[in-house]
Amino acid sequence: MGKHKPIWLVLVSLVFINPAWAEMRLNLTEGATAVSKEVYDLHMLVLYICTAIGVVVFGAMFWSIAFHRKSKGVKPADFHESTKVEILWTTIPIVILIGMAVPATHTLIAMEDNTNSDVTIQITGSQWKWHYKYFDQDIEYYSVLSTPREQYQNQQETTVEKGINYLLEVDKPLVIPANKKVRFLITSDDVIHSWWVPAFAVKQDANPGFINEAWTNVDEPGVYRGQCAELCGKDHGFMPIVVEVKSVADYEVWLEEQKQLIVKAAEAEKASLSDSMSMPELMQLGETTYLAHCAACHQPSGLGLAPVFPALKGSPMATTGSITDHIDIVVNGKAGTAMQSYRKQLSLKEIAAVVTYERNAWGNDTGELVQSANVKVVSGDEQ
Amino acid sequence: MTANTLNDTNEASVHDSTTELGHDEHHDHKMTGLKRWLLTTNHKDIGTLYLWFAFIMFLTGGALAMVIRAELFQPGLQLVEPDFFNQLTTVHGLIMVFGAIMPAFTGFANWMLPMMVGAPDMALPRMNNWSFWILPFAFAILLSSFFMESGAPNFGWTFYAPLSTTYSNGSTAFFVFAVHIMGISSIMGAINVIVTIMNMRAPGMTYMKMPLFVWTFFITAYLLIAVMPVLAGVVTMLLTDTYFGTSFFDAAGGGDPVMFQHIFWFFGHPEVYIMILPAFGIISTIIPAFSRKRLFGYSSMVYATSSIAFLSFIVWAHHMFTTGMPLFGELFFMYCTMLIAVPTGVKVFNWVATMWRGALTFETPMLFSIAFVILFTIGGFSGLMLAMTPVDFQYHDTYFVVAHFHYVLVTGSLFSIYAGAYYWLPKWTGHMYSNTLSKWHFWCSLISVNLLFFPMHFLGLAGMPRRIPDYALQFADFNKWVSIGGFAFGLSQLIFLAVVIKCIRGGEKAPAKPWDGAIGLEWTVASPAPYHTFSTPPPQKDIDNADQHEH
Amino acid sequence: MTDKAQTDTNTAKPHNKTVKKLLFVVLSMFGFGFALVPLYDIFCDITGLNGKTNTSAVNYQANGIDTSRLIKVQFITRNAQGVPWKFEPILNEINVHPGEMKVVSFYAKNNAQHDIIGQAVPSVSPGMAANYFHKIECFCFTQQPLKAAEEVEMGLQFYVDLALPKDINTLTLSYTLYDITAKSS
Repeated sequence: MGKHKPIWLVLVSLVFINPAWAEMRLNLTEGATAVSKEVYDLHMLVLYICTAIGVVVFGAMFWSIAFHRKSKGVKPADFHESTKVEILWTTIPIVILIGMAVPATHTLIAMEDNTNSDVTIQITGSQWKWHYKYFDQDIEYYSVLSTPREQYQNQQETTVEKGINYLLEVDKPLVIPANKKVRFLITSDDVIHSWWVPAFAVKQDANPGFINEAWTNVDEPGVYRGQCAELCGKDHGFMPIVVEVKSVADYEVWLEEQKQLIVKAAEAEKASLSDSMSMPELMQLGETTYLAHCAACHQPSGLGLAPVFPALKGSPMATTGSITDHIDIVVNGKAGTAMQSYRKQLSLKEIAAVVTYERNAWGNDTGELVQSANVKVVSGDEQ
Repeated sequence: MTANTLNDTNEASVHDSTTELGHDEHHDHKMTGLKRWLLTTNHKDIGTLYLWFAFIMFLTGGALAMVIRAELFQPGLQLVEPDFFNQLTTVHGLIMVFGAIMPAFTGFANWMLPMMVGAPDMALPRMNNWSFWILPFAFAILLSSFFMESGAPNFGWTFYAPLSTTYSNGSTAFFVFAVHIMGISSIMGAINVIVTIMNMRAPGMTYMKMPLFVWTFFITAYLLIAVMPVLAGVVTMLLTDTYFGTSFFDAAGGGDPVMFQHIFWFFGHPEVYIMILPAFGIISTIIPAFSRKRLFGYSSMVYATSSIAFLSFIVWAHHMFTTGMPLFGELFFMYCTMLIAVPTGVKVFNWVATMWRGALTFETPMLFSIAFVILFTIGGFSGLMLAMTPVDFQYHDTYFVVAHFHYVLVTGSLFSIYAGAYYWLPKWTGHMYSNTLSKWHFWCSLISVNLLFFPMHFLGLAGMPRRIPDYALQFADFNKWVSIGGFAFGLSQLIFLAVVIKCIRGGEKAPAKPWDGAIGLEWTVASPAPYHTFSTPPPQKDIDNADQHEH
Repeated sequence: MTDKAQTDTNTAKPHNKTVKKLLFVVLSMFGFGFALVPLYDIFCDITGLNGKTNTSAVNYQANGIDTSRLIKVQFITRNAQGVPWKFEPILNEINVHPGEMKVVSFYAKNNAQHDIIGQAVPSVSPGMAANYFHKIECFCFTQQPLKAAEEVEMGLQFYVDLALPKDINTLTLSYTLYDITAKSS
């Protein structure tokens, strides 16, 4: 055992120690939209009906168990069939089911009505993040889990405390206006994912090559969190959804800000073309970029996960191979593999830094530096 | 009470040459040792093989579940990497479905069906041997993938494309190969069951005189031959998409990943009824026995089982409500799914009516059966809730679904298997099982299984998705209790192992009919049942006494 | 006992018959599983479900134009797995009357250092509208080979069927771009 506490002691203490984690709700959420409240009401209706039926049926059973016991000296009765009773307990359930089907149909028809929306957003799932694109604006970005790795990689003993929104926080949330009908066009870049926000009662699969529609109209500004709801590979549990609902006025302000940010980013890209970063600068930016975007597959150690995610440590690509090829695979991805194109997710500077990092970390030690201008040569005119 | 004098004794007789593999009439002794078990064509031996195999697989699948629950005991990734976690959940599901539950019921089918219909053996004894022996082979292939570079299948037991094709970790070929073999085994077993029931019932045993147990297995066998080939088809398409350039499920080539789900669930939904109908048969045998009262509504039980089987073919897309189905598709599948509640409810009511004003005793088989009725019904309620499409959008792919299917499969199918095992152990072994140990097994299992699975309803409602190795902090407390329940439930099953081993080795000698309320042809032969039974058909008197319909 | 031997041969015949019938069912269901593939496509074709539109050219067949309705047709694109092309609609939204023929263009540029053959896969939402969205000419009918740094404008000629259900007034056509260079070689 050595340094590690006896496992049983840890386990036993964990049973009784209750850190101040958030309380869990027991019931389905009523949510923040008219639809989610209807869904909640339907859920409660079915729950009450099932409880009532359960009470009756189990009540009869327990009565039998208590009073129809051989040990009480009862003689078993003789009856073994009754067409009347069978008809009764066939038709009564049918009537109850119709009683449930009617409101369910009504709610479903409302949920499937995607017409007359005010805002349209294109949502794309990929391994293992979401991408949002505002249909009428030129605004698009990736939304990636922002919980630091140290918080969830607990194989070694750790003292890093988990934040309150552990695994439910992202770097750039989706922002939508309140009290407007927002339509989502959902698809996937690779495998099937599923976009789910419980507070909206919206869950639609993201199918590669096809689009699905969903809509919501949120009553209250606020922050709403959800998760991917279809097994999509190893980090299925690590691609949350965060939606920030702003008042219409705040939303307009945010749109403007985003447009400014895009302009600024483009300018920064242009400016970075004349950058000449030093090795320490490149390595530092490279490491943070690598850990945020590459380590999920290629691992912090650079060893990858054979056979699907190749190692970078000691790999020809990152050592003896041409720098151009290395930049190309980061910028353009590799068709037929899980390696995506990072052209749109990383700036020229970040790509330069991460390629430099990969060529020098873990003992690769090529001594080579890559600058933004080098990346630009490979990525060409357009982003 | 006394053994039927027309039956053979324990020594095999000379004239069984047609039912033993390759032996001529000069052999007049049973094979022994390894050769016996490898070459047997005797339905009792093969039943025993299936039951032991199923139990070993159950413990294996359970061990995987223990690792899953150990990882989920606390938030954070302490024990396993996410990809390995996905392998654990995938193989746990595959083993439990194809390696534990289905073979266990096949074991019951083999042991009991010939005796219950008064036949000397299954219709196709040599095929029966093959049906069993390819199974360990299939699971060796599946389990060996854990030790390969690619790892085991990690795409869920439902293996949706393209996660299982283009984006697979390379285990797809082994997975497909193993599933094909399991499928062939099931199909051969089902053919054997159908031919036995149709052609080998003792003269005088009409269909409506068959025990309900026989009916449920008969109908299940038809479901099997209808849908296992479709599974074979879809895994073949998976294989060609992954390795041979077809595009069944790849949009780039004109295919459709949602079509995979349609074809899979066309198999998948009847599959879950394949896993529960035999349970209904077992419960319908045990409850009347310990109520000392005939099964209520035998005919309607037959019709209800048939309706459930029929309806099971037209509800598959209730697993796919979030895939983007058009409105009328969602409505159709919602209504049909809700409809299945009707015949299922009829069955539950009939069991309760059987107990009502009976003279109940609570031996272990009855305890498990009563627990089945209550807890399976709870699983049925969550199933009804899942059927409501608008709310399913909130439940789908969360722990609410995990709770639902574990209630119907564990406190449903598994509990019925335990009930049947305790009920027939005296017949199989000739000894009564240890009553005390069996009660410990029951109560420990009952309490721990509910601690394990009931909180999952709340986790799902609170928003915890399934198939994740780590979770947000508000789910921590419930996960902790679930894990504790899981460890306790796992340990409790070792009590059953002890009961069985102890019972095989010795114990109070069991009479031909240890349960005074039991009816059935199996109780007219000695305990343990002679190696060959009903070499001559039973007399009409015995058939009439065994009739659940007209007793 | 000879009666057992007799019963054995007597039962062998009905066994064979039954087994043959059951094997027939097994093989039919195996075939049915594969038949589900074209059946599924036919079903989608007939009902337009799942947003599948025509993948080969159709002729213009409308009887006139319904000027009382204006349908908003939106266009979105997505590069699967980040295929390194710039691929976007020139116009992302257009209003048409049912029965009116329209042409829109899409811009594509291969940003990679090597040649790539692309395939655009269309999908329409809502699914029910797919049956009423007719493509007369579309770049999605064929593969699109682009050399490194080559750019192209591709056309889509379409019309919306007069019979488009009254409750649909917006439909979205999405193209997902795939790199099929490996598949086509």
